[in-house]
Amino acid sequence: MPEAMETQMTAGTPLLSDTSAVKVAARDVNVFYGEKHAIKGVNLDIKQNEVTAFIGPSGCGKSTFLRSINRMNDTIDICRVTGSIALDGGNVYDRSIDVVQLRARVGMVFQKPNPFPKSIYENVAYGPRIHGLCRHKDELDEVVMGSLERAGLLNEVKDRLDQPGTGLSGGQQQRLCIARAIAVNPEVILMDEPCSALDPIATAKIEELIDELRENFTIVIVTHSMQQAARVSQRTAFFHLGTLIECSDTEQVFTNPIHKLTQGYITGRFG
Amino acid sequence: MSTAEKQMDTNTASASDIRKRKIADVVNAGLKRRYAAERRFRFYGIAAIALSLIMLVVLFVTILGNGLTAFVQTRVTMDVVVSAERIDPQGTRKREDLITGDYQGAVRDAVLALFPDVTSRKDRKDLMELFSTGAGYELQKQVMANPDLIGKTIRIEVPVASEFDMLAKGYISRTVPEAERKISDKQIAWYDALKSKGMISTGFNTTLFSAGDSRQPELAGLWGAVVGSFYTLVVTLALSFPIGVAAAIYLEEFAPKNKWTDIIEVNINNLAAVPSIVFGLLGLAVFLQFFGLPRSAPVVGGLVLMLMNLPIIIIASRAALKSVPPSIREAALGLGASKLQMIFHHVLPLAMPGMLTGTIIGMAHALGETAPLLMIGMVAFVVDIPHTPLDPSTVLPVQIYLWADSPERAFVERTSAAIIVLLGFLILMNAAAVLLRKKFERRW
Ligand SMILES: Nc1ncnc2c1ncn2[C@@H]1O[C@H](COP(=O)(O)OP(=O)(O)O)[C@@H](O)[C@H]1O
Ligand SMILES: [Mg+2]
Repeated sequence: MPEAMETQMTAGTPLLSDTSAVKVAARDVNVFYGEKHAIKGVNLDIKQNEVTAFIGPSGCGKSTFLRSINRMNDTIDICRVTGSIALDGGNVYDRSIDVVQLRARVGMVFQKPNPFPKSIYENVAYGPRIHGLCRHKDELDEVVMGSLERAGLLNEVKDRLDQPGTGLSGGQQQRLCIARAIAVNPEVILMDEPCSALDPIATAKIEELIDELRENFTIVIVTHSMQQAARVSQRTAFFHLGTLIECSDTEQVFTNPIHKLTQGYITGRFG
Repeated sequence: MSTAEKQMDTNTASASDIRKRKIADVVNAGLKRRYAAERRFRFYGIAAIALSLIMLVVLFVTILGNGLTAFVQTRVTMDVVVSAERIDPQGTRKREDLITGDYQGAVRDAVLALFPDVTSRKDRKDLMELFSTGAGYELQKQVMANPDLIGKTIRIEVPVASEFDMLAKGYISRTVPEAERKISDKQIAWYDALKSKGMISTGFNTTLFSAGDSRQPELAGLWGAVVGSFYTLVVTLALSFPIGVAAAIYLEEFAPKNKWTDIIEVNINNLAAVPSIVFGLLGLAVFLQFFGLPRSAPVVGGLVLMLMNLPIIIIASRAALKSVPPSIREAALGLGASKLQMIFHHVLPLAMPGMLTGTIIGMAHALGETAPLLMIGMVAFVVDIPHTPLDPSTVLPVQIYLWADSPERAFVERTSAAIIVLLGFLILMNAAAVLLRKKFERRW
């Protein structure tokens, strides 16, 4: 166990009173990179069919916390996670949970668009294929088209599905990655600064898309743009040096922050 | 803005102007030197490339100059009476009797019939020296294939003895005093007589590409060594590519990073630098003496070269795996691919060009490798073409080494010819490497 864990109270309402609406519940989560204590005792509920934004200065542990939800941190040898993160009540760090299954339930979109060097079709079809979601070619076609449609990309690519996904523009690539993620029909989608490599127009498109996807998915998005957090999210969590400082409804955080650090960050005094 | 402020503004502007001009002067003063350095560097580069090109041209010109004539062979066409007394005195026409027939005698009869005035024992022996002993074998081959030829006169085209081939190609000079050359004036006169009768011809040296080694240069061929090299490389490739790639994947993707894997990594790097002859000694001790595998066999050669190749392939494959962008791995894992699926669906296809390049470089190395094969007996004089990887055989570079060591003048050109063939194979392999890379490389 980590030595002398300081439990800091998080300002606002990190825990929800309506437990039936909780999709992901993190309790006393600590993440270590070797000796480095990157996430310190985080308690946080993520609400179903909402967009939760993680904000905070760079290096504060937003990505680290996000990646511990679908256990992407497992791939880093020196990384260690304690505490529990429950997805629909089941701890994802439980022995009985298989990461492959977990990642089928919790999809991820990365900072830099990373389509596979394969055709657009193959990119979207890959997830359903490896999980055996479709029995027939027709079914797979349907899933691919549906996902591209929901990602708002179908009209732009429908007559070049066999062309490389890497040949698309940056914004299109990121939407392809979103289509690829939703093709598996996950319950939660994690997005780690999905627009940081995109121009404002592509960013606007993705933000619009996130707002639509909220209907069917629970979305957690890391962003360094406070405007973006304000635009797309319903709840906002502010991290600082590995600690969850404040978490409330987005409006509350941006109009009436409780903690001094939050105030300082959103008014642009540091970050 | 007040006038005072404006004043200050222009002041600072002119100050920075002056600084700018100064900087420009300083830069200008240094520019000449900088460009000179650049020109010098370019010159060094061009000189280096020119030097290596010249060396390459010298190499090719000497080898081609020495070796091209070996692809042509001087032959003599003559009529031979396939007399029953010589070939099949009992008249059985059975294989085992035919095989022991005196074919050389039949050739001798034909030659002596051409020169009825050569009567002394010594002269007759000298006369026979014009013809390769291959003539008897050629006759035997034809008669064995078709016993009905017995009793008839057939026309055979056979190589002249290598000295006379050298004479025809101008490597033996007629102006040199008789005592200083291998062939006598009389023999030259007989050769010229054959030539004036129109019996001498030249043609492509098919023997070089169909026969195994021989003591007589005109009967010696590379084919045994080519087949031996082929079997050796097949064994090497079949073992070292899968083992090397599997080892690289395990070490790079699965192995925990600890003391043991560090030791393994260091040792693999060291192995790549071990002199090849040491692998030969290892092969001798392990494969021949301990496992009792046959000497001189391509299978053992292949095993030894596999040991030599493995570190090269493992290092190249690991580098190729490492160079696959982590974002692709994350994309696959994030979708719920298992580690093995991630590797086989995404990482391996992207790493394949690098792996293949490393492998082909290793194979090209193996094709040219001589020393370790000497240790396991592949330096033997092998006349027969190997039929399996277990038959004794030699390989191209060892054949070059053996021929280079032979005193006959005709082996000099054959050595160069063998080098040309070896270089040809190397160029083919490199072309294959380029093509494979192109095929596997995705430029997107
Ligand atoms: N793979 C890693 N190994 C060691 N330290 C890491 C690793 N990834 C992140 N960190 C450290 O953890 C802290 C949090 O990083 P991160 O979660 O990436 O921050 P953010 O996404 O908020 O910018 C940083 O101090 C960073 O240096
Ligand atoms: Mg980050």
